[in-house]
Amino acid sequence: MNDMTPPKAAQQHLKIVGTRPLRPDGVDKVTGRAKFGADIHVPNMLIGKVLRSPHAHARIKSIDVSRAQALKGVKAVITSADLCDLPSEFIPAGEMMVNFKDMTRNVMAREKALYEGHAVAAVAAVSEAVAAQALTLIEVQYEVLPHVMDVAEAMQAGAPLLHDDMFTIGVEPRPAKASNIAKRVEFGFGDLEAGFARADVIVEREFATKPVHQGYIEPHACLASVSEDGQAELWCTTQGQFIVRAFCAKLLGMDVSRLRVTASEIGGGFGGKTVVYLEPLALALSRKACRPVKMTMSRTDVFRASGPTSGAKIWVKVGATRDGRITAADALLKYQAGAFQGSPVQPGAMCAFAPYDLENVRIVGFDVVVNRPKVAAYRAPGGPIAEFAVESVIDEVALRIGMDPIEFRLKNAAKEGTRAPYGPKLGPIGLVQTLEAARAHAHYRAPLKANQGRGVASGFWFNIGGETCASINLGEDGSVGLVVGTPDIGGSRASLSMMVAEEFGIPLDQVHAIIGDTTSLGFNFLTGGSRVTFSSGMALVEAARDVIRQLRERAAKIWEVAVEEVEWVEGHARLSGKGKTLSLAELAKTAGKTGGPIIGNAAINATGAGPSLATHLVDVEVDPETGKVTILRYTAIQDAGKAVHPSYVEGQMQGGAVQGIGWALNEEYIYDDKGRMENPGFLDYRIPVCSDVPMIDTVIVEVPNPRHPYGVRGVGETPIVPPMAAIANAVSHATGVRFTDLPMSPPRVLAAIDAQRGA
Amino acid sequence: MAKQHVTTTVNGDTVEFLCETEQTLLDVLRDELYLTGSKEGCASGDCGACSVMLDGRLVCSCLVLGVEAAGRKVETIEGMARGEVLHPLQQKFLEHAALQCGICTPGFLVAAKALLEKKPNPTETEVRYWLAGNLCRCTGYDKIVRAVLDAAAVMRSA
Amino acid sequence: MDYRSPTTAKDAAGLLANEGAHVLAGGTDILVKLRAGFVAPRMLVDLKGVPRLRGIESDARGWRIGAATPCAEIGEHEAFAAAWPGVVEALQLIGSTQIQGRATLGGNICNASPAADSVPALIAAGALCEVAGVTGEREVPVEQIITGPGRNALARGEFILGFRLPKPLARAGDAYLRFIPRTEMDIAVVGVGVSLALDAQGVCTHARVGLGAVAPTPLLVADAARALIGTRVNAAALEALGAAASAACRPIDDKRGTIAYRIKVAAVLARRAAVIALERATNRK
Repeated sequence: MNDMTPPKAAQQHLKIVGTRPLRPDGVDKVTGRAKFGADIHVPNMLIGKVLRSPHAHARIKSIDVSRAQALKGVKAVITSADLCDLPSEFIPAGEMMVNFKDMTRNVMAREKALYEGHAVAAVAAVSEAVAAQALTLIEVQYEVLPHVMDVAEAMQAGAPLLHDDMFTIGVEPRPAKASNIAKRVEFGFGDLEAGFARADVIVEREFATKPVHQGYIEPHACLASVSEDGQAELWCTTQGQFIVRAFCAKLLGMDVSRLRVTASEIGGGFGGKTVVYLEPLALALSRKACRPVKMTMSRTDVFRASGPTSGAKIWVKVGATRDGRITAADALLKYQAGAFQGSPVQPGAMCAFAPYDLENVRIVGFDVVVNRPKVAAYRAPGGPIAEFAVESVIDEVALRIGMDPIEFRLKNAAKEGTRAPYGPKLGPIGLVQTLEAARAHAHYRAPLKANQGRGVASGFWFNIGGETCASINLGEDGSVGLVVGTPDIGGSRASLSMMVAEEFGIPLDQVHAIIGDTTSLGFNFLTGGSRVTFSSGMALVEAARDVIRQLRERAAKIWEVAVEEVEWVEGHARLSGKGKTLSLAELAKTAGKTGGPIIGNAAINATGAGPSLATHLVDVEVDPETGKVTILRYTAIQDAGKAVHPSYVEGQMQGGAVQGIGWALNEEYIYDDKGRMENPGFLDYRIPVCSDVPMIDTVIVEVPNPRHPYGVRGVGETPIVPPMAAIANAVSHATGVRFTDLPMSPPRVLAAIDAQRGA
Repeated sequence: MAKQHVTTTVNGDTVEFLCETEQTLLDVLRDELYLTGSKEGCASGDCGACSVMLDGRLVCSCLVLGVEAAGRKVETIEGMARGEVLHPLQQKFLEHAALQCGICTPGFLVAAKALLEKKPNPTETEVRYWLAGNLCRCTGYDKIVRAVLDAAAVMRSA
Repeated sequence: MDYRSPTTAKDAAGLLANEGAHVLAGGTDILVKLRAGFVAPRMLVDLKGVPRLRGIESDARGWRIGAATPCAEIGEHEAFAAAWPGVVEALQLIGSTQIQGRATLGGNICNASPAADSVPALIAAGALCEVAGVTGEREVPVEQIITGPGRNALARGEFILGFRLPKPLARAGDAYLRFIPRTEMDIAVVGVGVSLALDAQGVCTHARVGLGAVAPTPLLVADAARALIGTRVNAAALEALGAAASAACRPIDDKRGTIAYRIKVAAVLARRAAVIALERATNRK
């Protein structure tokens, strides 16, 4: 394993890392040139469309595609028979686990349709219009079954059963009867009873959240082309081209080596594009038609059939002494998984109390299936839900004791060496620094008027590392080309180029980054878990240091000295004490004569990703006559370890905060009594618009992660963890009413205010 | 029905295309003219990713039919830069890191350009309300608004 | 689907008399419905090419707005905005800037959503619709056009040529407020248009109140107007106005609001809109 400490020069003075250059891929994006998933057209292309179940729960008795197949212009029709039935097998995808038996059924229903929008069949035709007409000619016989949408109802005995082979894992003894409860998890340590007995103040509350969608503006889209000998190419918008290759190969019974997947630019993912929906269908259609097939999801299908995150019921109980020490903390999480198991209840349970140094803690979680689309990862999956509840209760405990909410958190803050509720001891983390920065911030002293309130909340997210390959290729002119396998969602080509330029000591514009397809590199885990700047960065630094070693060897050869006498300083090989230098360009130009082309590779399983902690402050005003909440002021403070490109770190903080604002105030899935979504569009699924929010002030705190050459911590996910509790706490302080149900939409807020007024 | 033959002007060039009556201007721009800079985010006028100028007015191209473009003047993101020279808005979006994934960026740029042509000195509030029809899920809007205000200042002093 | 672009009202009427013919004005409602499969017209009749349906003019009777004039254009008309600021603020709330670049008053009213933003303000202003068809032309008070959710009073082949608004009275003011959960982009949960006029002593002599999104159709609420007329629009009058607005509500529970909520907020908005209208009336020269 290479030396991952920062280069000597860098430890004193970084020239590029930490500055704010223009991102290298930016011009294409501001001119409309950048190609996203649907921006591709190839000759002879067919258009694919999906037929979806109108029922929330139904047995599929038969599917007759004959009339669709006979329609002029239809070139292929598929059903689940065209995909492999796979046995149960769990593998990781991002921070969640996926199961192949479930995956094959989710992309196309087999025995049952398990949610409104569940794919049942698909066609490929010469035009959009013919494909749409073909769908109307497919006859599906459904036997409609009772459905269940609510997590608590789904857990009851006698609830409609989604899977007759679901026996709760994590319960001893294994249940004899099948149920909708896929899994039980438990974390914690200590003696809860003793802890609560010692408490002077105990607060216990129940919370409820609704499913919310990641809300990426770009719908899913792909183009698949399978040739007669089974070689396949797939272009798709995805967070992980290698994951897509693995999943599709499995679902189609293809060799991984025969499928080449290219990631387009991606128009938002937030975890929702770490799984496959259209891709296996497009491949299956193309295989049947022997022509390229392009498929895009409509916005209504994105809402009806692609994973939101869980809705949940959460119970939290916290006890503390009068002088502000938490003595015990207990939580019960019930998360909806949608139609197939795999809600993020486990990571939710793990990080629920993670910002705190606790002696007695327990978190129990249940993963429960319901007749809704299968849940997918959404930015810090599971964390925001659990921490919404915990941070609200912490606020209430502080209030009851009469202690400032930041002081209370400081008194109990997790630090380096704290044992996390999920077991291991934490390395260096920056929670205390974010709390102190919050306390010192002008926002915390801004005066508040009538009907206004301030809320504080902290948040924790682990971040991940994972399998990562990267390569560096030296051009004959001294330019540095780098290839990574992690799609760029948020501007990572900038931060990665910057770290490489810093390593070499060359100007940034000499570095060129591309995202390679699956044939260009070894396996890369997907973009997610806030891992790209961390992991691809780490791999590139390793590759860069390898290239620098080779450059020193070439210089040593030219100068006929030992390699130990050659240093690398600011883009040049330098002969110690002799004043002789050779630039990167000169060494690159003569590479052919000194030994051949110079490249560097790295293949790592990046470990040591450090958690990122945050504290958010928000001021709200509540209109007492309508219940409308206006965000007046928002400050997000987060530990980035090292902000390679501060503008893009700020961007993550601001984007996550505003997603949290939407989650807190207006976003929810609304279903009718038949289990059909009533608001599958941006009109009535209300994400924040530009006029809904103020400027989001940001403060970046840097507690370096010792496991990364530049001290980087992933930052992308933590920002969505605190906002809901911060806003709920602010609304509580503005109105005197504690809010436990999300979203805090105006009718609910007004009803609660009026109930308290006795009106 | 046979396709309709339409002649129009796009970014200053005369263009002709064939389309079904049902195809929207967005469909035509993307699938017949291969100008994929305008994006489909919702196809119902709720997200603004398809924003173009039609006879000098900011519109959602997903709510205009291709046939309605006949004889009109269409301006898309592809026409915003002048050769190599980026429009000040494009430049400021880059400088302010006002884009992350970039899918909403063409829509915002077209919409912001329309604002500054009408109101060269908008307040932050006016910018936010004018752009309320453009959804962004990545940035939280902060840097977008700053970029627009900064571009406005640059354009006023030019 | 056929597409026609007539240039006279007579030709338009003739085309619209065909079975399966549908008006295309701004397209911001019909194209959404078309895409969603809710309508399948055989012919779209584009009215934007008929000169009588475009433009804003003032004459002896007051103001005339062509039914296919984009809302953005109406909003830019300074003189009209000065005369009827409430109507303008209502149509500037329809959708987004992009939507207003195409949406028309004709479309907004004929689409007949109970929550249409322009309608309560037009009702409060006492607007009339010029209706044309194969049998000729007639004028219809705007509050009689919408007959139910998605249904209007026009016969087959009829369409709206234009909207007529009176000249505002001396010392008159109007205002439109709507309640939505966000700040923009939502369909109104409640919409209230208030128009009133004062005498030289500051007593209200004339008032009209329109309510939207609280019943199957937008409403002209006579009781609400009566609560203001003869008063100085003081706190007691506003209270009575609010009560009358709430009493007129016949709302539903839907994904945008509950019955109880709409009834409450109707009163709140009626009071607030009346206050703005009063201020405008007081300040008008």
